[in-house]
Amino acid sequence: MTVLDKLFKGELAALARIISYIENRDEGYRRLLSRLYPRSGKALKIGFTGPPGAGKSSLVNCVAKKLLADGKQVGIIAVDPTSPFTGGALLGDRVRMSDLPTDGSVYVRSMATRGSRGGLAAATGNVTVALDAFGFDYILIETVGVGQVELDIIDTCDTVVVILVPESGDAIQALKAGLMEIADIFAINKADRPGAKNIIAALQNMLEIKREQSEWKWPVIPTEAINNKNIDELLAGILAHVECTRKSGRFERHRREQIRKKIFNILESQLNALLHDRLVDVSDLEKIVSDIYSGKSDPYTASEELFKLAPMK
Amino acid sequence: MAEKIRVLLAKPGLDGHDRGVRVIAAAFRDAGFEVIYTGLRQTPEMIVSAAIQEDVDAIGVSILSGAHMTLFPAIRKLLDERQADDIVLFGGGIIPDEDIAALEKRGVARLFTPGATTEETIAFVREAVSKRGKKEDIM
Repeated sequence: MTVLDKLFKGELAALARIISYIENRDEGYRRLLSRLYPRSGKALKIGFTGPPGAGKSSLVNCVAKKLLADGKQVGIIAVDPTSPFTGGALLGDRVRMSDLPTDGSVYVRSMATRGSRGGLAAATGNVTVALDAFGFDYILIETVGVGQVELDIIDTCDTVVVILVPESGDAIQALKAGLMEIADIFAINKADRPGAKNIIAALQNMLEIKREQSEWKWPVIPTEAINNKNIDELLAGILAHVECTRKSGRFERHRREQIRKKIFNILESQLNALLHDRLVDVSDLEKIVSDIYSGKSDPYTASEELFKLAPMK
Repeated sequence: MAEKIRVLLAKPGLDGHDRGVRVIAAAFRDAGFEVIYTGLRQTPEMIVSAAIQEDVDAIGVSILSGAHMTLFPAIRKLLDERQADDIVLFGGGIIPDEDIAALEKRGVARLFTPGATTEETIAFVREAVSKRGKKEDIM
């Protein structure tokens, strides 16, 4: 019996092996994904993002426990950064999740970014496909601690929870592009701290106009993960978002858009490989670099000439 | 793509002295490993379950409490029961020589005691993991 057969039979150890295989892009991983894709699509994918130390892991842990109490099967992907200097990583999200049961109803996988800069690892999307095909009802995806522009999570999830803390800023921060725009739900964690009311008011203000123009009303939920406070409200907000987008058709549109992007991603990576195989390797790159360095050519002209030389079909 | 070495580090039992394990975690990270740190007060069940879910190459356990003769064999037993016997189990702590000899006979690959350098532990993991290699058909 192959590892994939064991995965389809529901063995967690097999799922873990398959995920490594996908993550390492071992030979044949594309064919493997072709086998997994047809069985995916049923799980709801919920993203959790926000600045470092906001309480993402702790909130994911709280939400997972609620879902488990409801009899759901939960897969969790927790991403932490890879060092750009050594390639190593310290994956510490499990520290906040140590009270999850070990009975197989929940699966936690820590992933390192391995060079990606969008808040997730390049393979995170593919790993959700494996979790989905395995049969989890929910997949909770936690990004690295983000700033304002690491937004890959929207391409991987149905619903995005942005987690902020009372110290996250004022009304101007709330207006900024990027992170604040991708939230479907705001959780203000550590809401027992001073300043919580101010940030909630700033967000409510910012959302006023958006809410008027949409069926979705962007809840702002004060939470205290450490005291397990308001987790019911957070989960209710998540489920309400799924229901609202399903009704409005946005759910399907969003998933179709994700598939479109995925196709282009795959094509781009294939083109990239082609580029390196056929263009860059076959030509005398160092001579071109010298020409540009000495002012005889420029990168734009050189690239255009290289492109003409390419023996592409 | 070269495979990353993934190591789970854990502290079982009630011992809360985690300075040592955090030094090792930082050293492994700097050596290019992906270190999954699970934190304090782990049971053998939690450690083995996490190791399997994370598909790690090795488990490093830090014990300073004196309970090593109970905890290491318990972890080893669970690994064997779950067909995860190819995961390298090693550890560190304040462990008497005679206990080290006994534990190394019972499936603990290596035990480091005070005075061991981080370089030694890194070299050990690289070497031990390279010998691993369960061949199985993926598809």
